[in-house]
Amino acid sequence: MEEKNFICTACPMGCKLIVRMEGDEVVKILGHRCRKGETYGRQEAIAPQRMLASTVKVPNGFHPLLPVYTKGSIPKQRISEVLEKIRAVEVTAPIKAEDVIIPNVIGTGVDVIASRDMPAKN
Amino acid sequence: MQEKYDYIVIGGGVVGAMIARWLSRYEGKLLLIEKEADIGMGCSSANTAIVHAGYDPLPGSLKALMNVRANPMWDQLAGELNFPFERRGDYVVAIGEEELPLIHKLMDQGIKNGVPGMMMLDAGEMRSRERDINPETSGALWATTGGICDPFQVTVAAAENAVINGATVLLNTKFEDFIWEGSRVIGVKTNRGDFFARWVINSAGIYSDAVMHKAGVRPEFIIKPRKGEYFIFDRAEVQIHNVLFPVPSSRGKGILVTGTLHENTIVGPNGNVIDDKEDTSMTKEGMDELLDGAKKLIPSLNLRHSIANFVGLRPMGNGPCYTPGINYNNDYVIEVPSSVQGFVNLGGIESPGLTSAPAIAEMVVDLMKDAGEEFVAKKDWDPIRPGRPRFAHMTHQERKLLCDMDPRYGRVICRCENVTEGEIVAEIHSPVPALTYDAIKRRTWLGTGRCQGGFDMTRVVAILARELGVSPFEISKRGESSEYLFRTTKDLEVSDVN
Amino acid sequence: MLIKKQYDVVVIGSGPGGLAAAIEAKKGGADDVLVIERDVELGGILLQCIHNGFGLQTFKEDLPGPEYAQRYINEARTLGITFLMDTMVMDVTSQRKLYLTSQDFGYIEVDAHAIVLAMGCRERTRAQVRLPGYRPNGVFTAGTAQRWVNVEGYMPGNNFVVLGSGDIGMIMARRLTFEGAHVERVLEIQSYLSGLSRNYVQCLDDWGIPLQLQHTVKRILGKNRVEAIEAVAVDDKWNFIPGSEEIIPCDTLLLSVGLIPENELSKKAGVLLDPVTGGPFVDEHFQTNVPGIFAAGNVVHVYDLVDWVSLAGAEAGRSAAEFALAEKERSARYIPLVPGKNVRYIVPHKLDKKALEKGDISLQMRVTKPIEEDVWMEVHGEENSIVRRSERYVRPGEMVTIVLKPKMAAEVEKAGRLTVDIYPKSEA
Repeated sequence: MEEKNFICTACPMGCKLIVRMEGDEVVKILGHRCRKGETYGRQEAIAPQRMLASTVKVPNGFHPLLPVYTKGSIPKQRISEVLEKIRAVEVTAPIKAEDVIIPNVIGTGVDVIASRDMPAKN
Repeated sequence: MQEKYDYIVIGGGVVGAMIARWLSRYEGKLLLIEKEADIGMGCSSANTAIVHAGYDPLPGSLKALMNVRANPMWDQLAGELNFPFERRGDYVVAIGEEELPLIHKLMDQGIKNGVPGMMMLDAGEMRSRERDINPETSGALWATTGGICDPFQVTVAAAENAVINGATVLLNTKFEDFIWEGSRVIGVKTNRGDFFARWVINSAGIYSDAVMHKAGVRPEFIIKPRKGEYFIFDRAEVQIHNVLFPVPSSRGKGILVTGTLHENTIVGPNGNVIDDKEDTSMTKEGMDELLDGAKKLIPSLNLRHSIANFVGLRPMGNGPCYTPGINYNNDYVIEVPSSVQGFVNLGGIESPGLTSAPAIAEMVVDLMKDAGEEFVAKKDWDPIRPGRPRFAHMTHQERKLLCDMDPRYGRVICRCENVTEGEIVAEIHSPVPALTYDAIKRRTWLGTGRCQGGFDMTRVVAILARELGVSPFEISKRGESSEYLFRTTKDLEVSDVN
Repeated sequence: MLIKKQYDVVVIGSGPGGLAAAIEAKKGGADDVLVIERDVELGGILLQCIHNGFGLQTFKEDLPGPEYAQRYINEARTLGITFLMDTMVMDVTSQRKLYLTSQDFGYIEVDAHAIVLAMGCRERTRAQVRLPGYRPNGVFTAGTAQRWVNVEGYMPGNNFVVLGSGDIGMIMARRLTFEGAHVERVLEIQSYLSGLSRNYVQCLDDWGIPLQLQHTVKRILGKNRVEAIEAVAVDDKWNFIPGSEEIIPCDTLLLSVGLIPENELSKKAGVLLDPVTGGPFVDEHFQTNVPGIFAAGNVVHVYDLVDWVSLAGAEAGRSAAEFALAEKERSARYIPLVPGKNVRYIVPHKLDKKALEKGDISLQMRVTKPIEEDVWMEVHGEENSIVRRSERYVRPGEMVTIVLKPKMAAEVEKAGRLTVDIYPKSEA
């Protein structure tokens, strides 16, 4: 039996969770004070997810970088891979907020999209 | 950049700049070399900014002579060179009855030195002059000829006037050795090549001993750095207008509390002698000393309101005083040594060095004349160094006219001190150009306010890169090895998840 | 673009507070709404906050800062609000006159019926003032580094130590790690986390960046550039614990030690500040002590979530529009009194048409020359006569009075100005 400790981030309270696992299965969750906390603890123990935000190069843009983010959360374990993919991308302005920059990044089913409009350098 | 000159001045501090200004009046090619990335980066920009009345130096010393001779020159100088200067008068404040005889002694000394316009104030009078003064004040010496300036502006203005009159200023150029023809100095070797001249003037400040030793002059003369630490206060919280000295001690004039021409109040300096000529670090002990010193004069002063600190190393030398009957070994060295031709030697120009600078420059020219140099005055010599507009100090109408003239003055870059892009660009392209962030800061006072560069820093770096035509990675705070930016954001690989 | 001399509502700052205020002001009926922004584009500090966490309340979505701003920018543009970018407000008076400066149009004055102050805050820097050591390059506030990394595309260092566990510091620790830098340590002087625990988890814990509570920087080493910092443990009173010093090599120290509402302009306008918050005293409509000057967002006090900033901005904007409309309506009621034939001056110079409904208004005047015969004294609008009275003579030495009565209000209402003529009956 394994015990994992987390600080819940479902709301600002930050309850200290203890999740007991038998192999890949969650046996018990302790320390939460609401449903959301229980869900978070379970997810975090089995397959932690994160939202990711970064920037991509846009050489002809008003600014040289375009902020982007994952429209949905991705597995925490694969953040580095996603960042590498993002680092390799170059886009061309003009861009509109929520334009898809990388669809279904590394097969996660999550798109990387633009966080803002980016006009071209005039 | 030619190699042959008539005069080379080593050192771009206030003394070197002033000497260059005086020499630029005469025919002859003049070069000033400065090892740092900007003029005046030594104690010329890290001092109390006082133009001393002259009661403090020992009567009979060269310090006293230079101080009292120079003091009246400042009004005309400020007018010609367009730098900020005000005669606010000095107060030397006695705390407690036991300090009264000391300020009387100081006044006597002032009279001996020929200082005009001094007066004794009683305790009540002193309290009425400075509301927050230590209530235990027993009186003060008030020297009305004392003044304050912006010492960096003085240095830059003097150097610019020299350039306007044909001089060359080379920054990042460090003296290494002399070039000889027998016992005559005919030039200098630097990190940027050899330069030849008929006269070389040593005004290398804290390193003037090393320079003169290379000429074989005064091997016993040693400069020891005297560290002066300072605090600057938020002008919104602390507003001391007067120049307040404590009673002096053997360690120097003491820790002042004084207003400045930027309307900040500063406290300092202390005066600890150190060994390392490059040690401009602020110390914890120094901060405590400053607080004690400040509280002696203004007990209500709170360190909480300080927004910056700075440190200056004063070049304390062991030059003997040659006046018969005076036993003093911290005097200025200003001479044309008999053992070497073509060389003017200065050393130990600590306080009242800033004050004395114009008189020192005049004396250098006189010494060179005495040594046979035949100066020919330039017919087209221009004594004026024009001032540049300061948006922050202008009225609404003046600002409107300035913006109409050049739209770049409409773009405010430092919001706290109201410094515009037009002013920054003007400083980058001025006769002694500003090449680093700190150089612009010293010239415009940008980045010294509430946010301490928070808003302007990224913008100034971009403007410098653009105006100098270099990559932003070359832009530095104070010269080589102090660059801001390391690389672009997308260069390196990401580290793994833990 | 033509800049008007007068706007109904002027908003200073186009961050979340300012944009929300401008939108609600426009929707609240203010016709001319002007937003002034010192940066080259709209959005304020949100533009560099590229991480998620914004909009959970407002949009029920988890958005990054720039997108949250983009939503408001888009709405503001469709409403026909006027924007001035790359423009600095130099001065604001309590009479709601603003002095603006920019490269595009120089130095101008603009009047506002109502103003919303939304300048946000600045980062605290004084932490470094009382640190012994040199003043090398490489000591930056987290926000300055954030602008370089996220907007301009530069890394201001490779090896970082962060002082302060505020949200900006933790966010930047992660951001820098994402861009290949090494964040060695986060030091926090208090015994508790300064920012949100979610940021501790997602920025520090996730990435193995150690947080040391009750630690601070004792000394900065390095002359031209930071070379290391000396960390030290502190007790509950922030005294250094001797023997706990540790030299941490790094090339950059980031400061995340607090935010201060930016109220220099507020002070110029005579707005009173609460020393506890650092922001203006405000009522429930976010109006300050100066009538017609409102304040919203971080300029009032430091918020935790941007969603609440937008709500505050909306309220301030709504109230500002209400104030502006009432002001306009009030000043529209005023008409000038013009000296006509043989009249040197009239006091009052202007009158409130509505005031006439409530009681008499005396017009006092003097003539330019004596007229020693019967005269008519007539008050008239452009096309109607209000009242006519006769006198047997008029002389410059004697003040002349004409009284307007409430029964004349209906006729006065039709006029855009009132002129008083005094002339001999023989000339009529």
